[in-house]
Amino acid sequence: MKVYADNAATTKMSKHAIEAMMPYFDEIYANPSSLHSEGQRAAEALLDARERIGACLGCSSKEIYFTSGGSEADNQAIISAAKIGARKGKKHIISTAFEHHAVLHTLDKLKKEGFDIELLPVGEKGNITAEQVANAIREDTCLVTVMYANNEIGSVLPIAEIGKVCKDKKVLFHTDAVQAAGHIHINVKDENIDMLSLAAHKFHGPKGVGVLYSRLGIPLVNVIEGGAQERGKRGGTENLPGIMGMAAALEDACAKIDENAEKVSFLRDKLIKGLSKIEHSALNGDDVNRLPGNVSFCFEGIEGESLLLLLDEKGICASSGSACTSGSLDPSHVLLAIGRPHEVAHGSLRLTLCESNTEEEVDYILKCVPEVVNYLRNMSPLWHDKVSGKKEFFLK
Amino acid sequence: MALYSEKVMDHFKNPRNVGTMENADGVGEVGNAKCGDIMKIYLKIDDGIITDVKFETFGCGSAIASSSMATEMIKGKPLSEALQLTNKAVAEALDGLPAHKMHCSVLAEEAIKAAVKDYYDKNGIKYDEKLFGSCDSCCHECEI
Repeated sequence: MKVYADNAATTKMSKHAIEAMMPYFDEIYANPSSLHSEGQRAAEALLDARERIGACLGCSSKEIYFTSGGSEADNQAIISAAKIGARKGKKHIISTAFEHHAVLHTLDKLKKEGFDIELLPVGEKGNITAEQVANAIREDTCLVTVMYANNEIGSVLPIAEIGKVCKDKKVLFHTDAVQAAGHIHINVKDENIDMLSLAAHKFHGPKGVGVLYSRLGIPLVNVIEGGAQERGKRGGTENLPGIMGMAAALEDACAKIDENAEKVSFLRDKLIKGLSKIEHSALNGDDVNRLPGNVSFCFEGIEGESLLLLLDEKGICASSGSACTSGSLDPSHVLLAIGRPHEVAHGSLRLTLCESNTEEEVDYILKCVPEVVNYLRNMSPLWHDKVSGKKEFFLK
Repeated sequence: MALYSEKVMDHFKNPRNVGTMENADGVGEVGNAKCGDIMKIYLKIDDGIITDVKFETFGCGSAIASSSMATEMIKGKPLSEALQLTNKAVAEALDGLPAHKMHCSVLAEEAIKAAVKDYYDKNGIKYDEKLFGSCDSCCHECEI
């Protein structure tokens, strides 16, 4: 059996999104910036996609900027807010300890330029409160950037509440909604979101295309200089096929959010319940405010890469926050941020589902994971030291 | 291209000499949990010959494969030969390891040396300290 359970990494493109892209390769292929009628046909399609995506997010088409993906959108949003702040002498930025690296590394860069970066702790459950944000805001705060939902442990953050705090305190608010868009209802106006990033490939759209929503009146700073595309804020000929595929995928996803969430969260809960039976294991992330498709566990006494390789042998595609899978010495910063000790974080497994996964697949995962965990524990000296009492267990 | 060679995958999926050993003549354990890999080697030694060897490993695919290959390479060999096993030889026998996984083969070499040293210490056998150099490629977590 083949089971794809790595939908947070990327999703399979929907047939509809592929079909929506096709005319823009060899039929309406002209440059949207060209004056001739063929170019104008492409420009019309681009505007149509912009309007449809704006409608999905609850904003105007004039507030949609097409990018190469979520990372670029995160970079541009944060750098823009920092530049706007710096002009007024405001150099304090608030974020969280478990953001995606597209956010954290951009903040690292700003830190070197003299910005004061404050990363809010996310606690054991992996979440923050709007109160934490309110307490952290200072006179010189120029930006609050908080992810909508965490990519590794699936926690969904109180974005509307944080948006209200930021609005009241007149601080720009950006959210990296890469994992949330198309999976959770988002309305940027209702939630007082000033800037938002999303990537098409997380909701069955194509890779290499994303959106930065930026509220009218925010003077964006270019990350990519070039022509006058995207109202002068992002140079480069638009990826029209990608954008058309993204618009179709986002519309489909948004139209089915409730239906999909109900189906996927049923599978997720079954998986969580089943995996919880494995002794000395723990669910990572918020058990209530959680993405419909995210299952993240730590299993004590084993290492994640070997777990992934053996699951792959059984046809299951999953991921892990272990150091060995990232090529670095340290395990996932997200798992460390929720207080998992290094050795426990090494033994993590992330399974992320979508609406095309089935209950049979979940049953198959529930058959395979305990087998593989037991097999690896049986050859682990660390596990044996814990069982014999030489070392203590971290997880019950 | 696959992450690992076929040989690594073979030794990872079908590890040789995996398990523990009662009344082992020498036991060596290296690595630490914080870094994500621990290797433990058990030796049975008769007349200076390694007659049996077992290993246990907590770690990634290449750590398990390196342990398995290293045990194969020293089984039936005299101690003097086992002490000459280098991490490079283990990695080569596995048809290579990715650069960032070479430390797994170092752990295998060091676990064997630690097990032999344990045997020497237990039996009051004198040895040249230089044979058991300090680990120079690990994370140095243990020194903190």
